[in-house]
Amino acid sequence: MNVPPHETTVQSGALLRIRDLHVHFHIKEGVLRQHQATVKAVNALNLDLFPGDVFGLVGESGCGKTTLGRAVVGLAPVTAGEIRFKGRSIVGLEGRAAFERARAIQLIFQDPYASLHPRKTVCDLVGLGLKLHHLAEGYEIDERVLAMLERVGFSIDHMYRYAHEFSGGQRQRIALARALVLHPELIILDEPTSALDVSVQAQILNLLKELQREFNLTYLFISHDLGVVRYMSNRIGVMYLGSMVETGATADIFRQCQHPYTRVLLSSLPSLDPDAPHRGILLEGDPPTPVDPPPGCPFAPRCPEARDRCHVDKPALEQRGDTPTHLTACHFPHLA
Amino acid sequence: MTEDTILEIKNLHVRFPIHIGTVRAVDDVSLAIRRGEVMGLVGESGCGKSTLGFSILRLLRPPGEIAAGKILYNGRDVVTMSERELLAFRGRQVSMIFQDPLTSLNPLFRVGDQFVEAIRTHEPRVKPKEAWARAEKTLQHLGIAPERLAEYPHQMSGGMRQRIMIGMGLVLHPGLLIADEPTTALDVIVEAQFLDLLNRLREQFNLTILLISHNLGIVAQMADRVTVMYGGRIVESGPALAVFDNPRHPYTQGLLASIPNIKLDQPELKTMPGAPPDLVAPPPGCVFAPRCPQVMEKCREKRPLEFNLSGMRVACWLYA
Repeated sequence: MNVPPHETTVQSGALLRIRDLHVHFHIKEGVLRQHQATVKAVNALNLDLFPGDVFGLVGESGCGKTTLGRAVVGLAPVTAGEIRFKGRSIVGLEGRAAFERARAIQLIFQDPYASLHPRKTVCDLVGLGLKLHHLAEGYEIDERVLAMLERVGFSIDHMYRYAHEFSGGQRQRIALARALVLHPELIILDEPTSALDVSVQAQILNLLKELQREFNLTYLFISHDLGVVRYMSNRIGVMYLGSMVETGATADIFRQCQHPYTRVLLSSLPSLDPDAPHRGILLEGDPPTPVDPPPGCPFAPRCPEARDRCHVDKPALEQRGDTPTHLTACHFPHLA
Repeated sequence: MTEDTILEIKNLHVRFPIHIGTVRAVDDVSLAIRRGEVMGLVGESGCGKSTLGFSILRLLRPPGEIAAGKILYNGRDVVTMSERELLAFRGRQVSMIFQDPLTSLNPLFRVGDQFVEAIRTHEPRVKPKEAWARAEKTLQHLGIAPERLAEYPHQMSGGMRQRIMIGMGLVLHPGLLIADEPTTALDVIVEAQFLDLLNRLREQFNLTILLISHNLGIVAQMADRVTVMYGGRIVESGPALAVFDNPRHPYTQGLLASIPNIKLDQPELKTMPGAPPDLVAPPPGCVFAPRCPQVMEKCREKRPLEFNLSGMRVACWLYA
């Protein structure tokens, strides 16, 4: 496999480095639960995240994007492979080291109704991390909580209210304050706006963008919505069935995507212009399950352009066109 | 009511009396759907679009009630129908498909049996075998192998189940199909397949569809005309092209501007400040006034009338 280009140009400058990551789950199938099967949720995946990056990770449900995010914070079992954060391995951390990771890497969940304790005040919710990590004590906690709440658009009036009193968009801002108050170095946002209405989504996305610039944050932004990802990210990764099929600068992907799956995904989006009627590339069949995926290219069974080789030989994620940062896992990519 | 109007809603009020007051979920809404068209009904959560859909079939959950107004289907008022009349009306005249295809199908029965039940409830004289054969025929139109009627819902994918739901909605050849967020549970690729199918069925059977969705993209692709709701009221209604290309109401303008566009590099999204209104105590004038960038004195005091602008209806004082 080719050496990913970042490795040579930016020596160990990656904040997060994932190499050949596998997250497998063993399940029992069949009526009698006798048959063993393996769900390969993440399958031989590589990814580099650099400080200040907003990396948009897209794919359909079941492609493994959420599992990948969870593996980084230790919430999903790593079967094989390497996850390095600031050069150090963070697979299988325990005790103090795991505790420190919990501060440095924050996770924002999709459903703000489930991620905030409804019977705790906002001050408690946001301040607990400060207390646990001994970052502040006494009145200083309240001061720092208030400062952060004000930054995300609340006032002192909101500080002693309960989480259940807030709307979805407000709750997502509370979750954000709770993460930011610990000065994390990486924030994993797992579909942070999919539970919100579009007008509220726009408010949250703009806030996320502002905060990213202000604190020079690094985001791993997981989403199924390509419009949102285009707006937010400077780099994009497209996942299919546990594998990264294409990755590159946002501008490059939208200008000239190389993988057939990315093309299908982009053409499936309904346009807001009624004059441009839907002329998507329609795929036959349903999305496959990651239970015992095919040996060759994961997309081959549905790919409109698959050839014999695709069914047996899994393509590596490597440079195919002229842009060294644009990598595609396809034997027959679309090149300009 | 003109010849080609299949459904006409006149001054409909739907209320939910709850302990803290009365929620005016649908507040004086009038709307006409023409035979053979796809009418898109859009708006954000809580704007009353689904409540309006449920009202048409008189399927409001208590304490929801129709407080006033008329719902005329081919001239007959649904609001005054008896339970007996409703049984003949639902499914047969107007059918509805819901957002979540998993909870809409009974997991304990084969899909085919559920078709048979639906058909025989309305036409008791049809023999089970005939009903099954009719279900098979419907499945062919949906591009599903007839053998799959013998399967249980859990054996099917989400997209397949939603196609089955469409089939159930169509098997009795209703005059109007209400689709409430039919693709919200589906991924984009499956959504594209589903919309393609709906478009083909529409041409084949000359369907009339009320498409309720928060997803403006699918409405832009499917609908002939679009109605925009906000705070229980209709703010704008007109041909899809006009509404999307040249929205008149400040809410519609704000809504369209707040969607990240897949085709553009946007430095910043336009946002509307504030949050949707409290429908227990809506603002006295225009419901959108507290968030409106073009608000005037009059907007805060008087509820806007509806103005006709070359084929569009806009409830906004800007056009007085």
